[in-house]
Amino acid sequence: MKAAVVVFPGSNCDRDLAVAFRAAGAEVEMVWHKDTDLPSDIDIVGVPGGFSFGDYLRCGAIAANSPICKTVKSHADKGGYVLGICNGFQVLTETGILPGALLRNEGLKYICKTVGLRIETSQSAFTEGYNAGDVVDIPIAHHDGNYFADQTTLDALESEDRVAFRYTDNPNGSQRDIAGILSDNRRVLGMMPHPERAADAGHGGTDGQALFRAVVGQLTSA
Amino acid sequence: MKAIVHVMLKNGVLDPQGEAVRHALGALGFDGVNGVRQGKVIELDLADGISEADVTAMCEKLLANTVIESYRVEMG
Repeated sequence: MKAAVVVFPGSNCDRDLAVAFRAAGAEVEMVWHKDTDLPSDIDIVGVPGGFSFGDYLRCGAIAANSPICKTVKSHADKGGYVLGICNGFQVLTETGILPGALLRNEGLKYICKTVGLRIETSQSAFTEGYNAGDVVDIPIAHHDGNYFADQTTLDALESEDRVAFRYTDNPNGSQRDIAGILSDNRRVLGMMPHPERAADAGHGGTDGQALFRAVVGQLTSA
Repeated sequence: MKAIVHVMLKNGVLDPQGEAVRHALGALGFDGVNGVRQGKVIELDLADGISEADVTAMCEKLLANTVIESYRVEMG
């Protein structure tokens, strides 16, 4: 099973994401934002956290228009798996792969702490290692994580069981406490919290491990 | 030719930065500011032949995120 991790200028969680994929059994290749092609036989693309292009214009906006993102979009359009974490989630909303947008945190502060996340659905390759209703501890580290979408979109996300995670104690003003959402085919996950920072005992928590094990396991057996 | 693009958060989208500015104005003694909305202004220096429709396309594709922002183009 092969994963590609995209690297933009300003990405800073790319190597952590690669380590988490590898620890779960994946082979990982890093791809640069100027690349136009993904390596062959890629099962999943990881779009990492960080501050791509210095968050200029809007978080993720410049990255979303980079050559590799056109390829990531066509990978997703063809039914490929994509995991976007933090800045990666912002990039996925800016490309239109996922609906909504991430606004400045309601309290205007950059927040870096471990928060409680409730698993809202186990019906995805990413979340099948958890039980719906479980609460896990995962770190967040963002200034613009306030999930926004119009009411119709939010209603659709809920009725289609596409809210993957909710904050147990909303830290940033996100609509309906949303911390992560799935695409309509459930193969693209965008989330603000960092499961790759809770994937090794040395991190102080391992609640993110199940996500990587689940998706790598699923794509290995496929 | 120049174009000026004004980008604002849409009405109904919370603008915490505008709110913070409003509070700061109040703290400085400027009473009577009922609301502040903060946006951005982008100036484009354009080659001949670039039309307003081209600038609108730039807004739709990159300069504004129409999920949360509205924009207005002024050709100068």
